[in-house]
Amino acid sequence: MSLITYREAIRHALAEELTRDANVVVLGEEVAQFNGAYKVTEGLLEKFGPSRIVDTPISEAGFIGMGLGASMLGVRPVMELMFWSFYSVAFDQILNNAANVRYMSGGQINCPIVIRGPANGGTNVGATHSHTPENVLANHPGVKVIVPSTPADAKGLLKSAIRDNDPCFFLENTVLYGNIGEVPEGDILIPLGLADVKRAGTDLTIVTYGRCVLHSLAAADLLEKEHDISVEVVDLRTIRPLDIDTVLASVTKTHRVLIVEEQKPFSSVGSQLAYMIQREAFDELDGPIHRLATVDAPAIYSPPVETEQLPNPQRILTAALAALE
Amino acid sequence: MPLVSQPAASISDQPAVIPPARPSPAASAPINTALAPTAKIALLRTMVRIRRFEERSLRAYQAKKIGGFLHLYIGQEAVAVGCCSLMGKNDHVITAYRDHGHALGVGMEMNPLMAELYGKSTGCSKGKGGSMHFFAPDKNYWGGHGIVGGQIPLGVGLAYGIKYKGLKGAAMAFMGDGAVNQGAVHESYNLAALWSLPCVFVIENNGYSMGTSQARSSAGELARRAEGYGMAHGVIDGHDLYAVRAGMDAYLRAAREQSKPAVVEIRTYRYRGHSVADPDSTYRSKAEIEEYRRTKDPIQVFQNSLLAEGVLTAALAEQIDNEARAEADVSADFAEASPYPTPADIQSDVYWEADNPSQRKSQGRLFFD
Repeated sequence: MSLITYREAIRHALAEELTRDANVVVLGEEVAQFNGAYKVTEGLLEKFGPSRIVDTPISEAGFIGMGLGASMLGVRPVMELMFWSFYSVAFDQILNNAANVRYMSGGQINCPIVIRGPANGGTNVGATHSHTPENVLANHPGVKVIVPSTPADAKGLLKSAIRDNDPCFFLENTVLYGNIGEVPEGDILIPLGLADVKRAGTDLTIVTYGRCVLHSLAAADLLEKEHDISVEVVDLRTIRPLDIDTVLASVTKTHRVLIVEEQKPFSSVGSQLAYMIQREAFDELDGPIHRLATVDAPAIYSPPVETEQLPNPQRILTAALAALE
Repeated sequence: MPLVSQPAASISDQPAVIPPARPSPAASAPINTALAPTAKIALLRTMVRIRRFEERSLRAYQAKKIGGFLHLYIGQEAVAVGCCSLMGKNDHVITAYRDHGHALGVGMEMNPLMAELYGKSTGCSKGKGGSMHFFAPDKNYWGGHGIVGGQIPLGVGLAYGIKYKGLKGAAMAFMGDGAVNQGAVHESYNLAALWSLPCVFVIENNGYSMGTSQARSSAGELARRAEGYGMAHGVIDGHDLYAVRAGMDAYLRAAREQSKPAVVEIRTYRYRGHSVADPDSTYRSKAEIEEYRRTKDPIQVFQNSLLAEGVLTAALAEQIDNEARAEADVSADFAEASPYPTPADIQSDVYWEADNPSQRKSQGRLFFD
């Protein structure tokens, strides 16, 4: 084990996969000379050279599509979006091409591409830079969507994504980049589609992913100390494929569910989860499924108010108490 | 639908012979003199096969055997056949939705193409792609794409892949004249020029983006937009297969040997509407179409050149035509007799992992029914 940041964990995953497979290349805005807008790729240019670590122009539709075309020939590009919010300018490439080429070709063509970058609010950058598109992405059969919450998960899941033969969309979080956690040394992979119970409990299941895992764990501590409530926190880690079995097992144990997500509520990941839980564990539920999401408006700039727009430990605590009524 | 309502015999089945029969001036280009007579006949045959295939597909469409869109390539055959005839083993092709000609040009067979149009499981994409989505990666043919200009970044990616792997090859990224105003195309131009990628962008200018003429949609000269990116560019007469080969050869060599991209406008013409749903009566005149057919039909132009060269006889031309018609009829029979995919096939070919369960590494649900 080593104690490293979420940022370093991603960098280590990239470096290990670049070393392991000559077909892996890293492309994106400012990933090389600038060392990464969020320093995730720091030092990679020096280590792997300009043919493997490539600065692109600000041209998301062009370079994402280019990476996809290269992946059809067997290159394994890891494309950085400086913000996942910029996916909208490459939407046709990401969702018409990456998601559909395999299908439309009758399975003849694979697109082993990874697109990664941060997708989160909470940094006071306004509505255009605060999108969390995991629900939009996961709505498209053919793609995989990963949202890691810890350094260990980030490393193990990214390594799996880079080796995957389907298009993988990896959603990080700028607020988490500096978080430190224990990460196993060496070539440790975490399979996509495997949820992780981050905290065991008996009274309430919180199903969540990404940064909201940390908020939920903080809320769970408060609920235990202040209210003597035992909360189980299930970290999905991957949105598609989805480990619904771990969620259902937890529901079977606690009989109460709160979904927490940094998502606008309409047609969110939580919407899908709530449908599946009621459909597959209806008799296990002692009350309605509750959900805490981002307050339904474009991301507000005002720093103190944005905190209240997003899920946070206090909002989760309140929502958890409501779910237990 | 004046053109559509007539049987396939309308267009160039027996067009007036373009007088006088003479070799094309481009016939003397080295890339063309290098062709053996049999190779020239093969090129003619491919053009004729494209036309007869599409005419047969049109009849099937009218008989409601084919759904969706059907964008016919008739009139443009010399472009795809000329360009694809220059492909080496490391050259790759990608195009838009008017993709039947390129598919036959790279060597795909009629049967799987017609079956794809019919939506049958024996289709080249198992009935999952349709007219706009033909693919043959084993022949370096990467589709067949439905969104105008959306395939061009992929074409640059093919060039990137060629270069990254250290191969001497070129990617030909075809688009129509209507695609040149899409942002993705300009982003692609920039990337190809910036990184010296071996990509030849081919604008098949048939004069109309759907029903909007070039004059009403695009400022300036289409290929000259390459100048802003410091790329080579040129214009080729797309009615003359020899001219297409002679013109494209230089750009493909520069791409393969020096990794230089280029933008090439190939001027051509489509006889049919944008798709067969286009009544083709509002934006151009019948006289204009007739004029092209009479004077610039690419099959007739090449046929006349081969007659003048003494490579082709009238009897052989007729035989080629008859064989192409028969082959197209056989492909329709094949498609007709083939089974449809089943509802159980809907969810295959979505994920590599789902199709290769023994090698699956991920867990959890991939589908959400």
